[in-house]
Amino acid sequence: MDDNDHWLTRPASIRKLWIGFSAVLAMTVLAQLVIGIKGYFGVDSMFGFAAAFGFFSCVAMVLLAKAIGALLKRPEDYYHD
Amino acid sequence: MTELVIPPALVLLSGALLIAITRGLLRNSVLLLAPLITLWAVWQIGDGVEVVGSFLGYEIQPVEGSAVRRLFATVFTLMALIGGLFAFRQARTAELAAAFAYAAGAVGVAFAGDLITMFLYWELMAIFSTVLVWCGGTPQARAAGIRYAIIHLLGGVILKVGIEGIVVHTGSVEIQPMLATNFDTWMVLIGILINTAAPPLSAWLADAYPASSPTGSVFLSAFTTKSAVLALILLFPGEGVLIWVGLYMIFYGIIYALLENDARRILAYSVVNQVGFMVCAVGIGTEMALNGAAAHAFAHIFYKALLFMSAGVVIYRTGKSRCSDLGGLFRTMPITTVCGIIGALAISSFPFTSGFTTKTLISVAAEHEGLVFVYFALMAASAGVFLHAGIKFPWFVFFQKDSGMRPKDAPWNMAAAMIICAAVCIGIGVFPEPFWALLPYPVDYVAYTPSKVLFYLQLLLFSGLAFFLLLPLMKRTLTISLDTDWLWRVAGLRVANACLKGFERLGVLVAGLKASLYDNAPRLTAVLNSTGALGRTWQIGTTALWIVVLLTLYVALYFL
Repeated sequence: MDDNDHWLTRPASIRKLWIGFSAVLAMTVLAQLVIGIKGYFGVDSMFGFAAAFGFFSCVAMVLLAKAIGALLKRPEDYYHD
Repeated sequence: MTELVIPPALVLLSGALLIAITRGLLRNSVLLLAPLITLWAVWQIGDGVEVVGSFLGYEIQPVEGSAVRRLFATVFTLMALIGGLFAFRQARTAELAAAFAYAAGAVGVAFAGDLITMFLYWELMAIFSTVLVWCGGTPQARAAGIRYAIIHLLGGVILKVGIEGIVVHTGSVEIQPMLATNFDTWMVLIGILINTAAPPLSAWLADAYPASSPTGSVFLSAFTTKSAVLALILLFPGEGVLIWVGLYMIFYGIIYALLENDARRILAYSVVNQVGFMVCAVGIGTEMALNGAAAHAFAHIFYKALLFMSAGVVIYRTGKSRCSDLGGLFRTMPITTVCGIIGALAISSFPFTSGFTTKTLISVAAEHEGLVFVYFALMAASAGVFLHAGIKFPWFVFFQKDSGMRPKDAPWNMAAAMIICAAVCIGIGVFPEPFWALLPYPVDYVAYTPSKVLFYLQLLLFSGLAFFLLLPLMKRTLTISLDTDWLWRVAGLRVANACLKGFERLGVLVAGLKASLYDNAPRLTAVLNSTGALGRTWQIGTTALWIVVLLTLYVALYFL
């Protein structure tokens, strides 16, 4: 059995996965038109709030980690030279 | 109560002893039976003080029952059982015995009715968890174990100072709710917080847990931090400072996990992150928040053990734990991959997993108290958990690139343990109501509304999108990240070395002085002998004159 050519690793299937994933993302936001999110503080019932909040908090956290990493990252053998 | 009460901790401790001295089938039956008997004993404990005794003249209550105590004792015992199943064919006997003694300490803390008993079991955990770290068997494990022991013994001493202060000043050793208002209570709080891996001493967790054996980290992830969460629930409910300590831990865990390359260290940082949610909940302190803290601890122990199990299997099979060395393992390790993903979804509080039902209890409790900032911080953190543990861990370990490795899937016992944990993660997620009956307070909360599910799906799936869009920024590097332990591992060492150098120089200086003293000996003796300036006999008059001069000077100086 040749495992090197797994269907998950083919560019074509990865493209399909991206398309499928994007469709799911769009659906979760569009579903809000039908279901409606009952927020607690007003702002969180806005259309697509959770999507935007999740996305941008993650971007912020990755960038923050990047900045902190620039300061705190050291080679693996830092403690036992 | 007239019937005999068996302290569950002692059952498990006896089990640990038996495991240490038996071999083969006999040992394996103890591994199975000791937790089962302990579980039975746990559920024999009613509410209130069940066993009293005296120790050094104090009335102690070694066994006191309540719903939350039984809940924690149950999950500790279950983890000994499932951890035993996961480890029994791969781990050394010493490791299994230490793990059971460690679990016994956690069960003991869960039922401790007074501070003295709690302290004794607390130290039992410190000792045997250190042994467990050492069972990693590598030089790194030895060194990390020593650092781990130092921090925990220090934490124990701080806790003891607080307990003795409370005993001296109030005369009571009882475990009862208090607030950090004076030195004694602060010491107790700090002592407990050290075990939750709170700042500034968080580094011990990510230092020691990943150094243990592939099976050892499963046990380590379960007991120390969660027994400390229980201690906080019993002693400091509603202590406001915990909200901020918890939030700090949550974001510390996310940021450090994002920077980390080692798979088990990612999981270790996310332990700090998840315990942060619980600490924050104890700080909010309402019945709903305390329910949330207890429920989240229970759910967390299972999904975190599951994650450490999947990482453990990978390390056991490949001998590698760096993300940069792993990848593509899903081809030959389907069970481990699926179980790892279920654990990752549960930790990310994905709908229909245990984390969703328990973590939303905490955030809704924050909302009920009108803590707007805390609520949104917890939401952002939920997104961040999906980012660092929910996707990053399975992606880099099982997918990512093809590492070329084709290891076998998990051995049957490890697979069975993982499947049990995965079933619990999904079971609590899909049917939370039976589980809620075990919580300390009545639950008046509907976990699943379409609105809530949709909100979380948006939040989490768009975090996922952020992960894959930002993937180039997350390229794994062969690095570690400095933490506060740099202060003693590097700065402290430098100061100590500088002091040693200083003493060395002082020694050289003194030796030089001594040598010059010997060299100048003839001249000195010339001054000091009977004809020299200082040694010869002076006349009384001259001496008196000198005394007058000196006294005048002294008096003048005194009045100045």
